Amino acid sequence: MTDHSLTKSAKLPAFMLALMIGAFASTGAAQAQSAAAEGQKLAFDRSKGNCLTCHVIKGGNLPGSLGPELIDIKSKYPNRADLVAIITDETLRNPLTVMPPFGRNRILTEKEIEAVVDFLQTL
Amino acid sequence: MKLRSAIYLASATLAFAALTFASTLPSGAADKIDPVADAKAFQKFFTDKFPKVKYEDFVNGPYSMNEDLHRQWQEKEQFPPYEFSLEMGKEMFSKPFKNGKTYEDCFPNKGIGIRQNYPYFDEKEGKVITLELALNRCREANGEPPYSYVKDEMAALTAYMAFTSRGKPMDIKIPDDPRALAAYENGKEYFYTRRGQLNFSCATCHVQSPGERIRAEILAPALGIVNAMPIYRSEWSGMGTTSRRFTTCNSQIRGVPLSPQDDEYRNVEYFLSYVSNGLPISGPGARP
Repeated sequence: MTDHSLTKSAKLPAFMLALMIGAFASTGAAQAQSAAAEGQKLAFDRSKGNCLTCHVIKGGNLPGSLGPELIDIKSKYPNRADLVAIITDETLRNPLTVMPPFGRNRILTEKEIEAVVDFLQTL
Repeated sequence: MKLRSAIYLASATLAFAALTFASTLPSGAADKIDPVADAKAFQKFFTDKFPKVKYEDFVNGPYSMNEDLHRQWQEKEQFPPYEFSLEMGKEMFSKPFKNGKTYEDCFPNKGIGIRQNYPYFDEKEGKVITLELALNRCREANGEPPYSYVKDEMAALTAYMAFTSRGKPMDIKIPDDPRALAAYENGKEYFYTRRGQLNFSCATCHVQSPGERIRAEILAPALGIVNAMPIYRSEWSGMGTTSRRFTTCNSQIRGVPLSPQDDEYRNVEYFLSYVSNGLPISGPGARP
């Protein structure tokens, strides 16, 4: 790869590290809250999760109806890994699903998916 | 490197998913191309899914999907938003080119009441000819520059030609020519293949999900969807051709659109029109 991308990829981990140090400095509760807030932002953002296009979600306007309402997620999916798997690539479980493979097609990064899951678990 | 191999892996998975999807379709005609059986199964799928929708109403897209919307559509038809385009098309159609000829000279029956026969398969050329393509070829044959396939002039011309054909049943023929059958099959394959970052096929929205909402919009059924073209869309604040619809659909699923009137788009239109045979031409249409 080119020098340009090397510098870029070297900078990114440093930035992430700084972010993580910042995150560890705050308290656990505040951390979870801000992750969920970040997840909500991603979920409602049209260029990111855009979950509202298909799902009714508390706090979101003009939801679509293609997917099920996102409610009581914690009781429906007590296992966090299931939520991560559905968002990453639901076609593995259900080849006919309409749901885009957010992880496989890199619509969201792994970190962003984790944040969305944090948000989903508050619903 | 890592990214690259991830992309390869992703596209391999995608191809696999598309195959899985294709093989689960209730076609029954997996081993031989059978358009007659396809069209029957396609139409039955929609009539079974929407038993309350009157058959001819499928050409009204989202407005056929519930009573409230149907009422909205009837109100819209009192002062149709495509009227301006229709007037413009009518005027353009009879206005002579610089050489004195008109569009009338390029088409059977002077271009009136023939929308239902497009696209057709040209056995000399071995390819599908759509109405938009035929219009631009007419212009070029008469020394005029072609129009953009996605802009107002092309929409106006096709709006007028559709309007003079309203109520005529779509009548697409597949001649006894292996190339015509291959074009049909290629269009069908394109229609059912998932693509783009969002991993949608045409069928994901317009076969699996018609009547459902994406945000505030209601997805139209694929059956009869081409019969209403071109359309005025409130979302576009203007008219759109079939080419515009195909290319914007591809962009919306975050795919790379083909060029308008690419062979594959022509083939999709051929497939989609053929399976809508028998349904009336309703264009120009109005859509939310």
